[in-house]
Amino acid sequence: MTAPAIEFIDVRKSYQAERPALDGLTLSVGAAEAVALVGPSGCGKTTALKLVNRLLEPDSGKVLVGGRDVANVEPVALRRQIGYVIQEGGLFPHWDVAENVETVPRLLRWDEARRRRRAEEVLSMVQLPLSEFGRRRPRELSGGQRQRVGVARALAADPPIVLMDEPFGALDPIARRALQQEFLAWRGQLAKAVLLVTHDLAEAFLLADRVAVMDRGRIRQVGTRAEIAANPADDFVKEFLSGATS
Amino acid sequence: MSYFWDRRDEILAYTAQHLVLVLAATVIAVAIGVPAGVLLTRRPSLARPILGFAEVVQTIPSLALFGFLIPLPLIGGIGTSTAIVALIVYALLPILRNTHAGLASVDPAIVEAATGLGMTDRQRLWWVELPLALPVILAGVRIATVWSIGLATIAAAIGAGGLGVLIYRGIAIVDNRLILSGAVPAACLALAADGLFSLLERRWSRRVTRERA
Repeated sequence: MTAPAIEFIDVRKSYQAERPALDGLTLSVGAAEAVALVGPSGCGKTTALKLVNRLLEPDSGKVLVGGRDVANVEPVALRRQIGYVIQEGGLFPHWDVAENVETVPRLLRWDEARRRRRAEEVLSMVQLPLSEFGRRRPRELSGGQRQRVGVARALAADPPIVLMDEPFGALDPIARRALQQEFLAWRGQLAKAVLLVTHDLAEAFLLADRVAVMDRGRIRQVGTRAEIAANPADDFVKEFLSGATS
Repeated sequence: MSYFWDRRDEILAYTAQHLVLVLAATVIAVAIGVPAGVLLTRRPSLARPILGFAEVVQTIPSLALFGFLIPLPLIGGIGTSTAIVALIVYALLPILRNTHAGLASVDPAIVEAATGLGMTDRQRLWWVELPLALPVILAGVRIATVWSIGLATIAAAIGAGGLGVLIYRGIAIVDNRLILSGAVPAACLALAADGLFSLLERRWSRRVTRERA
């Protein structure tokens, strides 16, 4: 059996002494699996995500990526192997779409032809042809287009793991629906491990193979949509479930 | 008008001298101030005391500062180098402060995206933070340059040359035309510098603004 793509082992992390952001998180994400962390704001889901690419360090416990403790991997090298999508794209406003998408390939010193080829591939995957959008700057794009570029940038170096932090949170419902469908389309083509953070349970069920419902730094329940819907672990999950279906 | 035309060679020579003073001081102040401003964002505990100290230095009257510098060894004495040192001291604060403020104003989400994608600190600084802070840094350089052009007229008092020479000479012999032949070119230089930098700032900030135009 191969090692899971991402593994949290009893991870604790607190910013202030009294209230831990993560209180003993244990979770694994398989090599081609999409797992969503879902919960109210402040539940620790974004903290968990940032531990994977070492934007944050755990107080105790371990985070493994591809079976290796990330504490022993040089952060810059680690991050270049992990796709990272953030809310509203986080695009570099002074670079055009092609330059944004080629960020990680350039960091990895791919030659120009290879970078360009790859930019063309990933941009067509998110329905933004390079010939039409490559020279545009982020401010010339709609919110949905910016977010697509953010996704293309994360996929550009073909990382085995993609982290997504509220990737579609800032979009209107129509753009959001479109991006969710595109996510499902490229997820079907590319066997990648995805760890996704969202506050929207419906989105989590739609996009992820398994969902981890979190509250105050702990996982209340992990499972597929059917498992959680059929057998909510406690009142919190039940309430969260009823809020999502309304 | 013929008064100025007849003295055009002299006025041009002093204008050139003036520009050399200002350019030398501004270039050196940028070379010190921008790296120092970057350092302050990396060591936030230093930012307050150092910016505070720079503000205090700024309040020293310029004529007094020129006076203080004269007796100092190496950098002091009468002449151009002393004047340049004094101009650097004044130019430093706006450049330092604006570099610090410009870098601090870069959207933290963008900085985090840069880090999260795997840029080293240096790559993030050169590729993302400095370009995005550039309009604010340029505004600091603009302020510093305009100030220096004005202050450099006073540098004539310690024998540094420049357009101040004409002004002092005009004051000494109570000749308004002579005073104006120094003051008007100085004012024009200041306006030109202000216009040029404003243009650069606007150009660049149009490039880097996040919002849709």
